[in-house]
Amino acid sequence: MELLANLSLGFSIALSPYTLMLAVVGCFLGTIIGSLPGLGPSNGVAILIPLSFTLGFDATSALVLMTSVYYGAMYGGRISSILLNIPGDEPALMTTLDGYPMAKAGRAGDALVISGIASFVGAFLATIGLMLLAPLLARVAYLFGPAEYFALYLLAFCTLGGMASNNQAKSAIASCIGLAIAMIGVDNTSGMPRLTGGNLHLYDGVDFLVAIVGLFAVAEVFFFIESHGKESSIGVKLEKVSIPWKDIFDTRWTMLRCSGIGFIAGILPGAGASLGSFLAYMSEKSLAGKKGGFGTGVAKGIAAPEAGNNAAAGGALVPMLTLGVPGSGTTAVLLALLVTLNITPGPTLFTERPEVVWGLIAALLIANFVLLLMNVPMVKVFVRVLQVPPAILLPGVTMISFIGIYSLSGSYFDLLLMIGFGVLGYVLRKLDVPTVPVILGILLGGNMEDALRRAMVISDGDATYLFSSSIAILLWVTAVLGFVAPMFMRGILKKPQRVTD
Amino acid sequence: MAGDRIFGLIVAVLALTYIASAKQIQTSFLSDPVGPRAFPMIIGAIGALSSMFLVFRPDPDPEWPALRTFGALAIAVLVLVLYAYALKPLGFLLPTAIAAALLSYQISPRPRYAAIAGVCLSGGLFVIFKFALGLGLVPFPAALFG
Repeated sequence: MELLANLSLGFSIALSPYTLMLAVVGCFLGTIIGSLPGLGPSNGVAILIPLSFTLGFDATSALVLMTSVYYGAMYGGRISSILLNIPGDEPALMTTLDGYPMAKAGRAGDALVISGIASFVGAFLATIGLMLLAPLLARVAYLFGPAEYFALYLLAFCTLGGMASNNQAKSAIASCIGLAIAMIGVDNTSGMPRLTGGNLHLYDGVDFLVAIVGLFAVAEVFFFIESHGKESSIGVKLEKVSIPWKDIFDTRWTMLRCSGIGFIAGILPGAGASLGSFLAYMSEKSLAGKKGGFGTGVAKGIAAPEAGNNAAAGGALVPMLTLGVPGSGTTAVLLALLVTLNITPGPTLFTERPEVVWGLIAALLIANFVLLLMNVPMVKVFVRVLQVPPAILLPGVTMISFIGIYSLSGSYFDLLLMIGFGVLGYVLRKLDVPTVPVILGILLGGNMEDALRRAMVISDGDATYLFSSSIAILLWVTAVLGFVAPMFMRGILKKPQRVTD
Repeated sequence: MAGDRIFGLIVAVLALTYIASAKQIQTSFLSDPVGPRAFPMIIGAIGALSSMFLVFRPDPDPEWPALRTFGALAIAVLVLVLYAYALKPLGFLLPTAIAAALLSYQISPRPRYAAIAGVCLSGGLFVIFKFALGLGLVPFPAALFG
């Protein structure tokens, strides 16, 4: 009953014409952002945050707009996977495996519709799951003290690091870079500047928005300059779009199973949507066996990763809202948005700002239906967007990034910092060092250190306090497992290569 | 191979410098058991340790772009840096058009196309941000119009 009361509160906010309009605009922008190669949910949301901040949206509006963009980008990512064999974002990689062969076989329209419906099922079920699970987890979160939070932050770095790269040392370095940058600025406890090198601009620390836009958006431009935008001509034709009812009916259990898998993968702090789509695809593939024909363009091979990916996107919101620990790169960006809006995620968010949480959940439910409408009948509009040449798109994205960061602070120093982060992002990604842990480090570094120091104040410097509760021990064990286990499972967990022509 | 080794060494040097500068952090008289130095030093230590893995067990090298592409990348960075400095004194329209055109040219080397793309992007973005979204962008050099 409490749930219904909360939901009605949420819908009373989300159904106001203004919020509804924001949700629709967000979905539209999001799908475009997701479908453009080179722009994904992370950098799409990243370049929009400074703008939504300067435009002076209130917390609920900004949150509704940006999460609609987030969901929309998750839907949109599949379009370029299927038509161009280029994943619009990282989790959409698995969709290329069957989506592109199916499109090449002349069934591009079917592939788009099946994946659109699978996306809807995954996202819808995950939003329901979020609704049911988040309040429960918020209650558990009250039991978390500084020792548990410290272990939780560690868990986020470990699971993300374990999954994000094929080399643990590289993800550890990435986390350290992020954490090291987070330490720059005035120390909260002692009030003394740290590691600023005497540069007054750095006394406030490095703004995470600058880092995010640099690492995600500006770095992308360098990649396109390197490839000269070659890879982006449409390889397959999209004729007419009809609804393949039979395929959709046949894949119903696949969609349900994969939504479950994706949701759970999304909840794991740090693991995120890529893991969700990966596990969903692999489990369906082994379930279908050799006869399933996965990899040759079967409906199940398209439905599985898309349901998993979108369910994980919803699942990733659970730890982000209740504990303040993001479950994926994009939720890390959304966390940055919350912090910018002065909303502290965590259990108190549910009791003190119920209108924000439930307005957001209601908006997500609405966004899902809007997205289904946009992505099935109107999919041709977004296919047209794919034809924007990179030589116009990427300079545009860069200029928007500059406007966003510049209007935020008005200082050229932040712009230079952003370019620096762009170069860093290019070098790191070239060397196969994941960039998401860097973002996570910059975002969570301060909190992580605070948790450690508060724990030590409580225990008067006794380090065993960090392992004093069963929750903390569980988190430590999971953290170590999450970091170490992928090393031994490389053989099984090896990511499949992209389909090549 | 070489790429990872060099990267590992750079990270190691940076991590050690980081630890050294963390040691110099001033503490105030009001401090907690951990203090402001410990956490940065732990991070530096983990970073240095991980970098050793890269030095001794590097991954195969990625495909590095040709020297010419590096030139193009360097030009792009230079253009962006100059753009950052030019934005305030020269207003929005002119630097944006030039920077966008140059970037566009680096991605797809067609001069006329790039020039048109730059001008259109500059004008289009200005109209969107100034009039539709209401950001306070300054269109022309401040010196010209006072």
